[in-house]
Amino acid sequence: MKILVCIKQVPDMESRFKPNAGGEWYDETDLAWRMNEYDEYAVEEAVRLKEALGNAPEVTVLSIGPDRVGEALKKALAMGCDRGVHIQDPAPHAKDPWQIASIIAAFARDKNFDLIFTGMQSQDRGSAQVGATVAELLGLPCATTLVGFACDGNTVTARRELEGGMKGVVRLRTPALVTCQLGLNVPRYPTLPNIMKAKKKEIQAIPVAELLHEEPLAATAAVYPPARKGGGIILEGEVADLADQLIGILKEKTAVVR
Amino acid sequence: MKALLICEYREGKLLDSSYELVAFADRLGADRAMVLIGSEAEAPRVNGTVYLADAAKYGEYNPDLHKRIVLAAVERENPDYVVFVHSSYGWDLAPRVAARLRAGQVSEVVGVVDGKLEVGLCNAKLRRTVTPKSAKTVVTIQAGAFSPAASPQGSPRIERIDLADTASALEFVGYEPAEQKEVDLSRAEVIVSAGRGVGKKENVAVIAALAKAMGGELGASRPVVDAGWVEHSHQVGTTGQSVSPKLYVACGISGAIQHLAGMKKSDFVVAINKDRDAPIGEVADVLVVADVMQFVPALTAKLQK
Repeated sequence: MKILVCIKQVPDMESRFKPNAGGEWYDETDLAWRMNEYDEYAVEEAVRLKEALGNAPEVTVLSIGPDRVGEALKKALAMGCDRGVHIQDPAPHAKDPWQIASIIAAFARDKNFDLIFTGMQSQDRGSAQVGATVAELLGLPCATTLVGFACDGNTVTARRELEGGMKGVVRLRTPALVTCQLGLNVPRYPTLPNIMKAKKKEIQAIPVAELLHEEPLAATAAVYPPARKGGGIILEGEVADLADQLIGILKEKTAVVR
Repeated sequence: MKALLICEYREGKLLDSSYELVAFADRLGADRAMVLIGSEAEAPRVNGTVYLADAAKYGEYNPDLHKRIVLAAVERENPDYVVFVHSSYGWDLAPRVAARLRAGQVSEVVGVVDGKLEVGLCNAKLRRTVTPKSAKTVVTIQAGAFSPAASPQGSPRIERIDLADTASALEFVGYEPAEQKEVDLSRAEVIVSAGRGVGKKENVAVIAALAKAMGGELGASRPVVDAGWVEHSHQVGTTGQSVSPKLYVACGISGAIQHLAGMKKSDFVVAINKDRDAPIGEVADVLVVADVMQFVPALTAKLQK
């Protein structure tokens, strides 16, 4: 069995963001980068499947981006993936989700992966398109938004998260692609020995130009901070004073604090 | 300009979110036709064409078959936009339709600015407008972003769509109901919710104490539930409960879109956050810029006096 996991490196979402000089993306200066949270669940699920099958499957982890994405790939290797593929692209944000999906599909097309795992969306762009589009380009059955995954031979049983806590159960035959929702599992922390072992694992570099054959179908027109709505009150200062001020406001404006 | 709107249908019912698609088409100023994979009895109450395929035959969820039904409607209608709700149904199906049409997709649209589609970036901390470069555009709209003006009325002209071949690579097994709710937040007058900003599991008790002092219930954001700090039955948001209390207090919640969608109908919102620019500030009537673990105990103590 051959498994592919697709991961993205994103900024820490607790950061403050501002538009970049060109006004077509966020400014990347001073940001801390990490693996997209949804993709951590994808890596974990792939590695668990490999372990459940006696470590027989080979797990390839792929990421598109500049040199810094090597860190995200190393983390995935330390979590248990076998080999990395770094598709070198200095400006992945300038490509739309269609192009990103086409690059992954171009890489995967002749590799005969039995299962492809992705996160259900990225934390920065959040389009939730790439996984399903890769499946469509490769002609694979696909289930998105998984909070449960089981693979029995060549059948995948997927539990999809629906609105309001409901789940939808879907069965599909491999080869297939699944996208992972938060809470699917508990992603492991890489241990020191595994971090050391990961350093010896191969990371293959491929220039993006070798895999990109599609023009964009959508482009960013502008990036800007959201307008502050509603004219809410902002309270700042000493904690004790703030508490008194807030209680005063709640007594005046709501019927629930007296 | 014409928009083809894809309704949602679950457990034998048309979902109300389908009318948000109509509100979006009106906002665009587009003519519209709709697609429902469901039943005639549940057809949306709108004037104009509704393409109907039978859910008894094609399933309530089967992106393989539903994709082909939507494509058949696209062929007949030749729309400029194909529009879905950004939901577990819509974000699952839209990219498959877009790929077949080689159409650009714009996901989770929150507004229309000078004719351009506006979406969030970095968890709604920034906004982005997107320009399609394809003849047709596939759109998913954020749930709740486009509200229908009045209660729907009209009588659709039904056109049936049938597929010759119903073979599918995917089989829908069934639904699992939501876990029994120990807490019914929908009836609570006051909800005090804990977010990732509370720092650790042990600190949730501090937030629960404020909820008790205010005579309310404890709520939580998704990361806190996923981390196992709070039971899922307390979760507020699209995948938890949607709430509309008289007072909502968000403690250390940055305000991810999914959370805001579940609580923005609250009458009065207080946010406590050390980040002045956190998106929760957008919906807050009062934003207290402070460390949650310093401010909340002080507030609780004063309320108990």
